[in-house]
Amino acid sequence: MKYSYYPGCTLKNKAQDLDRFARASAAALGFELVEIPEWQCCGGVYPLGTDEIATKLSSVRALNYAKEQQQDLVTLCSACHHVLKRVNDDMKNVGDIRTRANNYCGFEEPYQGETRVLHFLEVLKDVIGFDELAKKVVNPLEGRKIGAYYGCLTLRPGKILDFDDPENPKIMEDFIRALGAEPVIYSMRNECCGGYVSLKDPEFTKTRTKMIFDDSTGFGADCLITACPLCMYNLNKSEASSKVPVYYFTELLAEALGVKEEA
Amino acid sequence: MGFTNVESQVELIKEISGSDPYKCMKCGKCTASCPSYDEMDIKPHQFASYIIRGDIDELLESKAAFKCLACFACIERCPRDVQPGRLVDAARQLQERQRGGDYMQPEEVPELLAEDLPQQLLVSAFRRYRR
Repeated sequence: MKYSYYPGCTLKNKAQDLDRFARASAAALGFELVEIPEWQCCGGVYPLGTDEIATKLSSVRALNYAKEQQQDLVTLCSACHHVLKRVNDDMKNVGDIRTRANNYCGFEEPYQGETRVLHFLEVLKDVIGFDELAKKVVNPLEGRKIGAYYGCLTLRPGKILDFDDPENPKIMEDFIRALGAEPVIYSMRNECCGGYVSLKDPEFTKTRTKMIFDDSTGFGADCLITACPLCMYNLNKSEASSKVPVYYFTELLAEALGVKEEA
Repeated sequence: MGFTNVESQVELIKEISGSDPYKCMKCGKCTASCPSYDEMDIKPHQFASYIIRGDIDELLESKAAFKCLACFACIERCPRDVQPGRLVDAARQLQERQRGGDYMQPEEVPELLAEDLPQQLLVSAFRRYRR
C-alpha cells in the first residue's frame, strides 16, 4: 500500500524523529510513505479569513498531486494535518475558494476536494487496525504509563477534522494499548500548550505546560506522547520534562515494532 | 487610530470572519474555554458585542486578538455556532491590514530564536503576527 506523504517543514529539520520512526514503522507494517515531490509549507496555521486564498494554495497543490496519483494523502505533523484537512474541506464545500483556487492553479481538471487526508494514526486505526498492530509488536511496552497529549490541531473543529471525539478522544489511548502500555487519561490532554505564543511570550506557555504536566503526572503518567513538533518544543521547555519525558508517538511505535535502532 | 466609516469596518469584519455576531447569546462559554482569556482586555465573548455596537476603534486598539492561540476551543464549544475565534481573527486581520498594524517585526526574531526552535513555530508566528 502506497500513500502520498506530506512531511512538512519541521519534519525535515527539528522534528526528524517524528518522520524517520514513522517511515521505519510503516515499512514494518507493510505500507509506504511516498513523499510528495516539491511540496510547499502549509504555513502552520490554517488561514481563517474567508478572503484568504493565496495562503491556502500550497495545500491545494499537495492535495491535487495526491489525487493525480490516486492515493490517499498521509500527514504526521498535527499542524500540517490540520491545515491540509481544512483546506480540503474548503475545496469540497466552499464554492468561492474552490473556484478562485482552481482558476489560479489551472490544473488539468479542477480539484474539488477528492483526496482523502489521513493522519498516520488514522492509518494505524482504520487501515492496519489496532488489533493487527498489537500482533506485530515484538517489544511490548509493558509497565509503561503513558499520557497521550492530543493538543488542539488534530481534534478541532471536530466537524471538519473528524479525527475523534474532540472532547473525549481515545485513538491515542487505543494506540498506547496496542503497544502493550497503559494509557493515562487526564483532563488537560486536549487543551492547548500555548502554541506559537511561545516565540514572544515563553512565560505564558510555561504556565500552560506546567498545568499539562501537573495534571498528567497526577494521574500517574511516566511519559507523554505527541504528534506535534510545537507541542513537543513547548513541553520540553518545562522543567517537568526532565522527569517526565515527551516522545513522538512514532518513536514508541518504532520501539515496540523493534525497528527503532535501524530507523 | 480613528475611523470615520464605522459601518464599513463592521461589514469588513463580518465579511472576513464569515460569522454572524447577532447569533451570540452571551453565554460566555468561549471565554470560559479560552486558555488566553486572562491575557485579553477584551474577552472572547465580548468581541460580538463590540462589533454589534460598532466599537471598532476600541477593538482595533486592543491587543487581545493577538493573544488568541488558534486552539479552536471556542469554535468547538460555542452552542450557537457563532465561531467566536473567527470574529477574534477578523479583528486581528483588520489591524494587520493597516499600515503599522503588524504585531511582530522581522528584526525582533533573531533574538527570540533558540537552538531547538521548530520551523513550525516561526511560520505560525509569522502568519499570525504579520500580514
